[in-house]
Amino acid sequence: MDAQTTATAAYIAASALFIRSLGGLSNPETARAGNLQGMIGMGLAVGATALLLPPAALPVLAVVVVIGLAIGGTLAQRVAMTSMPQLVAILHSFVGLAAALVGFASQLGGHHPTGAEGVIHSVALYAGIFIGAVTFTGSVVAWGKLEGKIGSKPLTLPGRHGGNLLLVIVVAVLGVVYAMNPEAGLPILLIMSGIGGFLGWHMVMAIGGADMPVVVSMLNSYSGWAAAADGFLLQNDLLIVTGALVGSSGAILSYIMCKAMARSFVSVILGGFGAEEGAAPAKPADGQPVGEAVATDVATLVKELSEASSVIIVPGYGMAVAQAQHPVYALTKLLRARGVEVRFAIHPVAGRLPGHMNVLLAEANLPYDLVLEMDEINDDFPDTDVVLVIGANDIVNPGALDDPSSPIYGMPVLHAWEAARVVVFKRGKGAGYAGVENPLFVRPCTRMLYGDAKKSVDALLAGLSAT
Amino acid sequence: MRIGVVLEQWPGERRVAATPETVGRLRALGFEVTVQAGAGASASFSDAAFEAAGATIGDPTTADIVMGVRPFSVDRAASARPGQVWIAHFWPAQRQEELALWAASGATVLAMDQVPRITRAQKLDALSSQANLMGYRAIVEAATQFGRFFPGQVTAAGKVAPAKVLVIGAGVAGLAAIGAARSLGAVVRAFDTRPIAEQIQSMGAEFLEVKIKEDGDGGGGYARVMSPEFIAAEMALFLEQAKEVDIIVTTALIPGKKAPLLVTAEAVAAMKPGSVIVDLAAESGGNCENTVAGEVADVNGVKIVGYTDLPSRMAEQASQLYAMNLWHLLDDMTRAQGAPASVDQAAAFHVDMEDEVVRPMTVCHGGAVTWPAPAMPQKTAPPVVAKPAEVVAVAPKPPRKPKKKSSGGHGHSAPSAPPSTAVLMTLPAAGLLLLVAGPFLPAAFLSHLMVFVLAVFIGFQVVWNVTPALHTPLMSVTNAISGIILVGGMAAIATESGGDLASPTTIVAAIAILLAMINVGGGFLVTRRMLGMFRKEA
Repeated sequence: MDAQTTATAAYIAASALFIRSLGGLSNPETARAGNLQGMIGMGLAVGATALLLPPAALPVLAVVVVIGLAIGGTLAQRVAMTSMPQLVAILHSFVGLAAALVGFASQLGGHHPTGAEGVIHSVALYAGIFIGAVTFTGSVVAWGKLEGKIGSKPLTLPGRHGGNLLLVIVVAVLGVVYAMNPEAGLPILLIMSGIGGFLGWHMVMAIGGADMPVVVSMLNSYSGWAAAADGFLLQNDLLIVTGALVGSSGAILSYIMCKAMARSFVSVILGGFGAEEGAAPAKPADGQPVGEAVATDVATLVKELSEASSVIIVPGYGMAVAQAQHPVYALTKLLRARGVEVRFAIHPVAGRLPGHMNVLLAEANLPYDLVLEMDEINDDFPDTDVVLVIGANDIVNPGALDDPSSPIYGMPVLHAWEAARVVVFKRGKGAGYAGVENPLFVRPCTRMLYGDAKKSVDALLAGLSAT
Repeated sequence: MRIGVVLEQWPGERRVAATPETVGRLRALGFEVTVQAGAGASASFSDAAFEAAGATIGDPTTADIVMGVRPFSVDRAASARPGQVWIAHFWPAQRQEELALWAASGATVLAMDQVPRITRAQKLDALSSQANLMGYRAIVEAATQFGRFFPGQVTAAGKVAPAKVLVIGAGVAGLAAIGAARSLGAVVRAFDTRPIAEQIQSMGAEFLEVKIKEDGDGGGGYARVMSPEFIAAEMALFLEQAKEVDIIVTTALIPGKKAPLLVTAEAVAAMKPGSVIVDLAAESGGNCENTVAGEVADVNGVKIVGYTDLPSRMAEQASQLYAMNLWHLLDDMTRAQGAPASVDQAAAFHVDMEDEVVRPMTVCHGGAVTWPAPAMPQKTAPPVVAKPAEVVAVAPKPPRKPKKKSSGGHGHSAPSAPPSTAVLMTLPAAGLLLLVAGPFLPAAFLSHLMVFVLAVFIGFQVVWNVTPALHTPLMSVTNAISGIILVGGMAAIATESGGDLASPTTIVAAIAILLAMINVGGGFLVTRRMLGMFRKEA
């Protein structure tokens, strides 16, 4: 059996393992095994491909692999669970860059088939670099926005849709030019990469903070498509299969996120959420309940909690920012020990990454069977005594249901306001990440507890322990 | 801008239109407040307490705004002057002549019973706040008259059956009564002509139905007149229930109309001695044939409570809620929507005849009768809560009840549905396209394409049902897997570099491998770290 056959066999096994890995990841029971299968698959793939390399290249490969693993491992160990969105975003940028570089490496190799195969080769190379470049800069911007290094407000350049369209046309024209004479195409590829990079940057800059879950999963998808394009380029089925798996999985996640926000994928991608072009900034419409949010204090809340028999906690990004998940879990334990039913309601787009809240709560040791999805728990709010909204805003906005003028009208939300008492933990006055006013805050059942969420929950814990 | 708070003149009325707390809040808006001597005494608010909160004691009728609870008496109209604003309940439908008198005075009259039923106005809806009290108090009065326990008990001395309570009309008052009776441990049934079983059941009561299917919702929360067949069936049901239940609470009060007769003398006769009926509509004729307004009647041992002063029996609580309703009204009338509260907003007080809340409440203005208000264009979404109908509703917003399912219609977002047919159809369509183009494409490409299409398909199938809790781990694992691009880098070295380790191809590819490897390591390890945290409750 020669090296090529061995590699092919290993690739088949690796593809199967990757499919099993993704399948396993859809259920908490099988997720760990899924992750392990992914690792084995990757090991097989790398090992088998190494056989194809000239022996002289192996030491170099070993060094590169070890350095990469070390960097990745360190990142994985160090990252705080609250910074998970940033990590995922920056990792996407690495894949994007790597995919683009693979395209360049191939170009620099200078082997260009002719005829129909030549066209396919050129298209795959060109597309791989383009998608890779878009993914790279897009992910870097996403990382910057999540990390807070770039403002989360959408950047809306005048005529941006037209500009983007023009650039895409330019890229397509350049592609035709490139395909006619690929041997001398390096300058064209460089120009195209620049344009692709600009498009990625511009696209994500124009997307508001609240849409980040969609953007991150969309970039995830792109990184897969880039890998698949390189697979066509190198005629490597493993790359095609894996790229397609990742691409479609990311696309599904984007779709789920969009559905959770009742927004079309296109409108998210075109960006500018919360600051639509030509539309006035969100302001209370005529006839919308307007009033003053009523503030409460820890002592009152302690009293309300000690009298409650059922409590639902709605966590949001604010909980992540304040690192409040541990005291929140301590609070949960304390209340449950006293016979209070405590559950968590997670909105699909809570946080800045799909499933962000679940990961944080899991980090705090919270059993995942206490954590319910929106549809599982939405009908239970009317029977709930106290709802604690910790650092969440738009996902509990009743305007999404009854105010057609609200920018988030139509987005399914948690019906927190149906409970007897809603207490909103909030850092300060002001609209949510999406920049939308929240009528929940002025509902008669709502009380505001201003201040850092972690400090508030700590004070609450102290107060409850004392009673 | 001075506010006057009158001493109620209505016999037996103990409520007051302001409390020391709301006086403080009104003063915070920049109002001065004059309270008539002794106005709050019967609601346990002394003149001294009002003074301590910043009010003066004096003649309220000379103030710019005069506030009361019950309709002002006609002689008050004589002291009204143009420019003044008088706020209290008014019931304009029953007092058309008085309305003319008030209009002649030139003063503006705002009727608290005419608050429109829209979301924005809920905080000043006095009918709701008082109906809530009445429902609760109805059960307290019933318990006082009732000679037995509410809850069922098994005691050493023997078994006690729980009291059975029937609530007719599940408006705010009805739902509050259900809640109070349930808290005391009674078995509760309720009837309403509208299909609001969910709201009734959510309060813990059983929903009674008549056999005939007819929707009593006449739109706008008011009842439709039911067909004679329906009314007959309804009466038969009540008669049947009367034999069984211990306590009946009727809440069918239609503002401005005579209350419908629901419990006939025949039904009363069918009840067991010792049973109690509480008629919340006693003041407007009563829902029970034997009701005597203001008294407890005794018919063959069945006590029929016809008190007309239930809110006054809880004067302190009732005053607090009503006074807050008024405060919200004044706050609303002096502050632009969305503007912050300020200490001098009282100066901005004016009657805005364009305002969708103020306009319907204004029954006299500028010397003319302005009731009934013309229909205004609905600017808001329909009220969140439908108002109970025929049998009903003293008012709209119950303290706490679930919305109908319809509003939850948006709430289904779980990706339980399979990929849309559009997605599935693209695959065969693409296949057809390829069938046409196939002969012109290289075979190797076609096989790669097949692999690609199948993989996309598998990806969709495999990932579709991922639980939302695992979105992040799934994303980080796909992140790691997408590090497979390193194989591309290696393949590029293998096939394109020609074995030259110093070639640009090798160098660029090596960088790609390094980057991809960061992903592989980081992605898998962080996924492992995350998954290690997920645990099921032991």
